[in-house]
Amino acid sequence: MSRLPLADRLPFSPTITGATAVRVLHQVSRDKGSTALLLGIPCMLMVLLKLMFHSSDATFQRVGPQVFGIFPVIVMYLVASMSTLRERTTGTAERLLTMPVRRLDIVLGYSIAFAFLALLQAVLSTLLSVGPLGLDIKGPAYLLMVIAMLGALLGLALGLLVSAFARNEFQAVQFLPAAVLPQFLVCGLFVPRDEMQGALSGVAKVMPMTYAVQAASEAAGHSGVTGVFVRDALLTLACVILVLVVSAATLKR
Amino acid sequence: MKHSEFVQQPESGPALPGDLPAVSAYGLQVARGTHTVLTNVTFSLPRGCVVGLLGPSGCGKTTLLRAVVGVQPATAGHVQVLGHAAGAPQLKTRVGYVTQAPSVYADLTVLENLRYFASALGMKGWRREDAVVRVVKEVDLAGYADKLVARLSGGQYSRVSLAVALLNEPELLVMDEPTVGLDPIVRRELWQVFQRLAEEGTTLLISSHVMDEADRCDRLLLMRAGRLLAGAARTALLEHTGCSDVEEAFMHLVEAATAAEAQARQQVATQDLLSELPGLSGLSGLLDQGGAPEAERVSVAADARS
Repeated sequence: MSRLPLADRLPFSPTITGATAVRVLHQVSRDKGSTALLLGIPCMLMVLLKLMFHSSDATFQRVGPQVFGIFPVIVMYLVASMSTLRERTTGTAERLLTMPVRRLDIVLGYSIAFAFLALLQAVLSTLLSVGPLGLDIKGPAYLLMVIAMLGALLGLALGLLVSAFARNEFQAVQFLPAAVLPQFLVCGLFVPRDEMQGALSGVAKVMPMTYAVQAASEAAGHSGVTGVFVRDALLTLACVILVLVVSAATLKR
Repeated sequence: MKHSEFVQQPESGPALPGDLPAVSAYGLQVARGTHTVLTNVTFSLPRGCVVGLLGPSGCGKTTLLRAVVGVQPATAGHVQVLGHAAGAPQLKTRVGYVTQAPSVYADLTVLENLRYFASALGMKGWRREDAVVRVVKEVDLAGYADKLVARLSGGQYSRVSLAVALLNEPELLVMDEPTVGLDPIVRRELWQVFQRLAEEGTTLLISSHVMDEADRCDRLLLMRAGRLLAGAARTALLEHTGCSDVEEAFMHLVEAATAAEAQARQQVATQDLLSELPGLSGLSGLLDQGGAPEAERVSVAADARS
């Protein structure tokens, strides 16, 4: 067998993936309202949190970094599930699949576009938190951005996965309380994980959001990049990749 | 068996492009759950003609078209397109598909849509720009190229969808009700585009539930309730049924098919009755055994003549 050029051996096409990412960003940028909400909501929630814990700054310092692993998941989950679902209901996904477009091209294209938006979102909310809101973390501030990015990618991957199973927008929205809220409740934000009932702390151990939140606490509590931070960040990233691959495999027409 | 000729040609084998039919379906059957959408659909379409797929709403036209472009798995039978199994990777840049609802991005401009779909077809650089400019001219959208698709009228909207299908100059263009809901002038313009494409050698498979569009087609596939009533050249069909227009011919075939079905049902009922009364079983041999419904005989006869 003759050696194929690299582009033909990849399971996706870089050109089509890139074109898809640019197209998704074009669509998002057309919708000024959505862009503003996407970038503004995490900032707004951080301000809310600061005001909530006005009288107990210690709680704000504990909870503040943790929500960096949570808010982007929810925001990106909604955006990603809705936009891929729209792609399916308008028939454009079916049209793309009659062309030389592979499922992974679509999934990666969306991932790249939303990862770019997630980066903007993470930079904005980190700058706001460590600046005007006075969130004081021991580790470097860019670690919070890394956490926020990972959270956003996790939300994106879950959204893509769910849009393969949801038949319409109503179902996709219902999956938010079903798939994301349980992770939110058991991730260690409300109750430390080792104080939870045995089975539940076991469940928390297999939820990807748990590791994003744990990595955030790690960054807040230690100066420099610790081994636990790296492990948790890599675990979250592995979950993201796994979920993306599964959603590429299950992408329906 | 006629279909042994249509077995898939190896890629490196001798080229015989003109001889292979554009589309041939043999015994195509599609079921969704317990409901059968298509029953034993068999036809063959030569290249370079305009084929009208006609039948009432809900008779399975869209399912048949989806099977031809390879996005609808068949329960039984098979479809060959340009010498390959429907949906084969080799066909992805040679077949254009226009869905019933215009499937383009409403929140992008006409040009942005066309550029994106051109990239999705693997075009780059000046080839991509060339293709985009060509199709914009072909469907007469130059005046709206920078407008958001959502702001266009219904007719312009579906012309954008058509333009996307023309980007790769497909050899087979499959269109699902492309003229539905359009005003007569736009409809006429679209049909002029279709006719010109056919003259340039493209095979067009166009579905419609409006019978008067059949007059613009070279060949017709008439469907009803998941079955093919007839598949033949338009002139041959009219000649065979002795009707002056396609609508009349369709009604004639529907009546013939209904009568044949009723007869078949009655026959089954009679046979059931006879088997319950063993003494009378000898009589069953006297009943008319004419098997094939008249409609199927029409299809065969008309095909033989064309």
